[in-house]
Amino acid sequence: MRVGHASLFLWSVITSRMPIRRFFPLLAEQLYRTGVLSLLITVLSGFFIGMVVSLQGFHTLQKFSAEQALGKLLALSVVRELGPVITALLFSGRAGSALTAEIGLMSTTDQLSAMRMLGVHPLWRVVAPRFWAGVIALPLLTIIFDVVAIYGGSLVGVDWLGVDTGAFWSGMKSVVHFGDDVVNGIIKSLVFAFLTLWIAVYQGYFCEPNAKGMSIATTKTVVYSALAILCFDFILTALIMGGW
Amino acid sequence: MRQSKSLYMAVGLFVIAAFCALVILAFHMSDFSGSRTGSAYKVEAMFDNIGGLKLRAPVRIAGVTIGRVSDIELDADTFQAKVSLRLSSEVNHIPIDTSASILTEGLLGANYISLTPGFDKTNLAEGSVIQTTHSAMILEKLIGKFIYSKASGDKKN
Repeated sequence: MRVGHASLFLWSVITSRMPIRRFFPLLAEQLYRTGVLSLLITVLSGFFIGMVVSLQGFHTLQKFSAEQALGKLLALSVVRELGPVITALLFSGRAGSALTAEIGLMSTTDQLSAMRMLGVHPLWRVVAPRFWAGVIALPLLTIIFDVVAIYGGSLVGVDWLGVDTGAFWSGMKSVVHFGDDVVNGIIKSLVFAFLTLWIAVYQGYFCEPNAKGMSIATTKTVVYSALAILCFDFILTALIMGGW
Repeated sequence: MRQSKSLYMAVGLFVIAAFCALVILAFHMSDFSGSRTGSAYKVEAMFDNIGGLKLRAPVRIAGVTIGRVSDIELDADTFQAKVSLRLSSEVNHIPIDTSASILTEGLLGANYISLTPGFDKTNLAEGSVIQTTHSAMILEKLIGKFIYSKASGDKKN
């Protein structure tokens, strides 16, 4: 029943008619708040994830004397799985929960009702800019995460552990296919963005108008987003990604 | 107004950074430049056994990659494997009596196709079929043969 309700809500958000000239500044402001401000955590965690994958992978590959394959291992796991999934999880914690709390407080303090009385529909004034900004921002963050993670991994693998630079980069180039691996990773993150933003916006808009209701809604946003991301990650990997 | 201007600039920089990252990802970290640019022509080869040959495996002459395997299917009449190769148009004067063999990178590496050029005056063109092929070397068969010949050799003595 909630899913049906939420689907109708999503439909009305997507189809809400908006004057483009007034919508654009709102969208830019939300892009700044969800995208640009999430940049630091994305870059930092990408850097460390790349480094740890490289470190862990090196010691495992070394047992088979296959250190040369480190670049392939790193790039494939980052581009196909770690990049989209971890960026989406971070994003739902960093931006999704904030959206729920913000919209929830607006509805609790009757700001949304006040807008309706002024003849401004909160769907396009409040919800739609946040929704679309998130859907645009998450794939962009994922791309940045991928690149930073691969550079972080090369820092550990090549500069510290001494894997051959040529084998590292050319091995990576020969295995990672732009049309399959990179584009599918971006498609994944687009799906995750839709799911996360949908959950965040819905939970905020329909949260119970009191302190406890808001805390429940914020918690639900993070929990549901994490579950949805991991579950859809499996489904998408099984459906759109073929063999290695 | 001043505040919104710097906000627009930050958003713009964010989008540009992501775009640059995509370009790096495409040209520096994946095969985007290799697979799309340049035209190619298609050649077919029939193999008795392709071993572990995969789609997009490299096709090489003298160790230099000049194309990729674009399709593998079974010929229903001869029960041979029909392998389609996409070769770069820059290498357009390969003799028609060239032979193709499936080799392995190292002992445990992936399979690739190696072309050994022949001497004929006519060249391979779109749709031609490579006549001389050597199947993949299957390690288990070789080991089996070796053990068998060793055992029969021991008996004689």
